[in-house]
Amino acid sequence: MDTDRYLRIDDVGMTFETKKGGFIAIERIDLTVKKGDFVSLIGHSGCGKSTLLNLVAGLLHPTEGGILLAEREIAGPGPDRGVVFQNHSLLPWLTCFDNVYLAVERVFSDKKNILKERTHKALAMVDLTAAEAKYPHEISGGMKQRVGIARALAIEPKMLLLDEPFGALDALTRANLQDELLRIVDKTGATVLMVTHDVDEAVLLSNRIVMMTNGPAARIGGVLEVDLPRPRDRLALASDRRYIELRTTVMDFLYRKQLKQAA
Amino acid sequence: MSAVPASVPSAIPIRASGPHPAAAALAERVDAVARRKTVAKPVPTGYRRARAPEWVLQVIAMLAGLVAFVALWEIVARQGGRIPGPGLVWHAAVTIFSDPFYSKGPNDQGIGWNVLSSLKRVGIGFGLAAAVGIPLGFMIGRFKFLSGMAAPIIALLKPVSPLAWLPIGLLLFKAANPAAIYVIFVCSLWPMIVNTAVGVRQIPQDYLNVARVLNLSEWKVFTRILFPAVLPYMITGVRLSIGVAWLVIVAAEMLTGGVGIGFWVWDEWNNLKVEHIIIAIFTIGIVGLLLEQALVLLARRFSYN
Repeated sequence: MDTDRYLRIDDVGMTFETKKGGFIAIERIDLTVKKGDFVSLIGHSGCGKSTLLNLVAGLLHPTEGGILLAEREIAGPGPDRGVVFQNHSLLPWLTCFDNVYLAVERVFSDKKNILKERTHKALAMVDLTAAEAKYPHEISGGMKQRVGIARALAIEPKMLLLDEPFGALDALTRANLQDELLRIVDKTGATVLMVTHDVDEAVLLSNRIVMMTNGPAARIGGVLEVDLPRPRDRLALASDRRYIELRTTVMDFLYRKQLKQAA
Repeated sequence: MSAVPASVPSAIPIRASGPHPAAAALAERVDAVARRKTVAKPVPTGYRRARAPEWVLQVIAMLAGLVAFVALWEIVARQGGRIPGPGLVWHAAVTIFSDPFYSKGPNDQGIGWNVLSSLKRVGIGFGLAAAVGIPLGFMIGRFKFLSGMAAPIIALLKPVSPLAWLPIGLLLFKAANPAAIYVIFVCSLWPMIVNTAVGVRQIPQDYLNVARVLNLSEWKVFTRILFPAVLPYMITGVRLSIGVAWLVIVAAEMLTGGVGIGFWVWDEWNNLKVEHIIIAIFTIGIVGLLLEQALVLLARRFSYN
């Protein structure tokens, strides 16, 4: 298998039908992601980065071009891609354990005790063993998002798709979860596509940052290689010259070249 | 000397969030109950005065209301009309409730039997309505075309008094008892359908996206997502249905006769035993209150927020 082109986004465009005619959200997007790569999509809001992620998730179908994952065309949503939604999307009537178990039992056909074992392991990976029996409304926002990550990872997906996963969290919790995600990704070697609008988050976590131009008809405005060695340490990087350079490059793209007119 | 009053009655914050983002009009009574429960204590001011706990005040208020009511009733009774006073009614009630389950033929039974046969009719009619209305509500909520088909029919029939259906019931069933059950069925049906359909339409897209990205089977989607998400709405529908059914059964029984609390009211009117009518009014009220409270408890059990 071609692991260098694990995910192939080929000349993809997405036009939404609206009452005022077609709305071109994104056009002519070409992107390949290596197996085990961590790629971030960054851009101003409304630039179609979530649209692109939803296309990969299969929740939307591209109006132009095609997307291949592990050499198979993405025809719809499926559990070979684990999605972490911005607002956690846990089912409020299921415990944390059952939320993850719902995904696990869908994907694996093991015996029940092995399915439970997998669920326990996934929750242990995000440090939530103690909260397994709790309901989503009984835990904090950060913990909910961890359950969401556990649910996505538990099904051992080919790809992990993160849609602004930490966007709704406060800064400290966000940093905490970013570190946790770094650790998990280093350990599992997961292939990740993440949508974010947080420059630090993108630089800290990714191998490559895909910078998108403003919509409508957004395109890829540039791709930045993040050549910082792993494991990465937030504190050490804060004063790292290369880190600051990379950060400045993204900022420059977002706030000088793609300055969003006051909407 | 400080003139600041110790209590700040205007600063009673009310938590605005209802238990579920229910259709406001339909859930307003649930909200009212929830609000009653979540009224926060008055904001403490600089100095605290020893005050009775909240519930003591509530009990005192309730008792005061009841005393005022009975006093007013007594005054009205003493004006010399035909309304019996509280004392007379109380004595009659003691007699009636000392033997609620006697039976001397179909037209002379204890109040217990009367209430039970009314409840039985409500139960059957309502159960049938649930069996038809809930699946129908699911389908109407899920499929736009069906919703379009059903909308004009429901809009037309919903405002019709359930009693207008009674002659049709008599015609169809040629007997009083099934006709009364049928009236209950008709009046319970609309709230069940409408609330279930609203519930299905209100399911957040996020939950459905979870189902989509995991590619869950239709059965899992129903049992794990659709049903639990709609349940609070369904319970609201049940609560409204039962409330309406209990209102309607009295009137229906007055018209159809037989055994039942509504018939009993009419019978006692014919016997000119006004004190018994008043007892019946209280009994109907208390049973309705108990039904309502039981369903509010049920609703709270299944609310997830």
